[in-house]
Amino acid sequence: MTAGFGGFVADTAASGELVVQPRMGFGDVETMRVGLLATKRARAATAGTITVDSYTRVGDLESAAAALASGAALNGYPLVSQGVEANKELLSGIRDATFPVQVRHGSANPGKIFEALLDAGLDATEGGPVSYCLPYSRMPLNQAVDHWARGCELLATRGQAAGREPHLETFGGCILGQLCPPSQLVALSVLEGLFFQSYGLRDISLSYAQQTSPEQDIEAVLALRALAGEFLAGARWHVVVYAYMGVYPETPHGTASLLTSAAELAVRTGAERLIVKTEAESLRIPTIEENVAALELAGTAARAARPATPPPSSTDSQVYAEARRLVDATLELHEDVGRALLRAFKLGYLDIPYCVHPDNRGAARSHIDNDGSLRWADVGSLPLDGLVARRRSRPVGSTELVDALHYVRRRHDGRD
Amino acid sequence: MTDILPDQNPISRKGRPRALVSGVASDSHTWNLVFLQLVCEEEGLDVVNLGPCVPDDLLVTECVDQRPDLVVISTVNGHGYREGLRVVPKLRTRPELDGVPIVIGGRLGVTGRREDDLAEKLTAAGCDGVFDRGGPEDLEDFRTLAAAVAWSADGAAARAPVQLG
Repeated sequence: MTAGFGGFVADTAASGELVVQPRMGFGDVETMRVGLLATKRARAATAGTITVDSYTRVGDLESAAAALASGAALNGYPLVSQGVEANKELLSGIRDATFPVQVRHGSANPGKIFEALLDAGLDATEGGPVSYCLPYSRMPLNQAVDHWARGCELLATRGQAAGREPHLETFGGCILGQLCPPSQLVALSVLEGLFFQSYGLRDISLSYAQQTSPEQDIEAVLALRALAGEFLAGARWHVVVYAYMGVYPETPHGTASLLTSAAELAVRTGAERLIVKTEAESLRIPTIEENVAALELAGTAARAARPATPPPSSTDSQVYAEARRLVDATLELHEDVGRALLRAFKLGYLDIPYCVHPDNRGAARSHIDNDGSLRWADVGSLPLDGLVARRRSRPVGSTELVDALHYVRRRHDGRD
Repeated sequence: MTDILPDQNPISRKGRPRALVSGVASDSHTWNLVFLQLVCEEEGLDVVNLGPCVPDDLLVTECVDQRPDLVVISTVNGHGYREGLRVVPKLRTRPELDGVPIVIGGRLGVTGRREDDLAEKLTAAGCDGVFDRGGPEDLEDFRTLAAAVAWSADGAAARAPVQLG
């Protein structure tokens, strides 16, 4: 067994299995421990997740501690406030070579969370300077880039000094959850991966969140793999697919159908890991049982799926061409990836549709095409000349926006 | 050419009626805020969208500086009752916001159900509307409210004789 999170995923992939992982997080040690154990015992090749609560995510440790003290319900595990002894107790006898645990958090300033996870003996987490700032925070992007630079260095040096190979996953391929055209998701994933590598990480995963069209999603993950091969030489990397992160179906058959298609996407494109969603997702924070059911459904669907034969070309696609252009145009702006990202957003070379963060240009718009693909309605200042027709979009109304946001739900619930 | 006369009373001068849309400190969700911005605009309100993860102090400062005609707090991460009960009283201590309707809505608790006692506490704390039923009727009621605010604020602006064509 190779060491670390990345090693576990590589070994599992080599044995022909897809690693499946929940997004689970509970406020108290007891429930979190039961959740991790249930994940470990689920009938699938699982990795564990500790999702941090949102007070800790935004650095409001006072509120996290107050909620913990008063027994109020939290929407995740307060990793920093629980303290190192409680965290070790949580993991004792659960985390081992067959069951790595990743900390998921959503923080634009992850330093304290990284310290707490390293103190607890963990070494796998996720996020990114752009993907955990623009959609999730009000922090200026340049500050998030600095925080993440220091965070990456901390994770790399402390983890490697302890004889481990710390793992960092970019959330760039999931940005805003829905309605960001796949080429930009792929580009951000690669760019954040490069950022991690430049600050010392050698074990990286690149994310991609399932969008509106299965065909386009396959193109996207293959483009991501091709670009990772081209740009991330010297790092061990794998690809993680996220089951749809937008408005989720409401019916049991709708949620099962969407999760199944996410597992198929992962298997057909050679992705090594899948983050699942549960059938309760559209309503509330899911229970442990609902998480286990989702993991087992995804595992079963993955075993039933077969890689696409013959494999479609990974570089001869619209998604690859656009993503490659966005990556190249960004990297040309500065030799330091962090500075390059800042300039790219300032110039509108990267521009997330509907993201209201002040450092996002906000000129680019997306729409769902007649064939279900997610495309640019307005490229703003994105450097996509010759690849995407330049047109000015008309303003989108609330009904139209909701329609687009609910497209996937309708399709899988069978109301389309 | 339009001439704008010097404003005799800067405090009472109003532009187009305006809503301030905001998430709460711990909530990173954005789509609810983008959607509510569009709804407010459709009902005749200009919108300042503060986006997600707005700390209490920033929300108070922005409301005091911007003097919106309506404050719309939206959150879906399950901490809404808690955070609403923390931030709404802070808004209500500001005399500048006397008479400005403050509403909150979304998925406010972690259970997915309306929690009547907490909703009542939010009302008692100074919320003029608590939209936590999670159904289409919430949206209808909110639209009605936004339209009413736009109409009455517009009327007030029309009565203020600050502009000559």
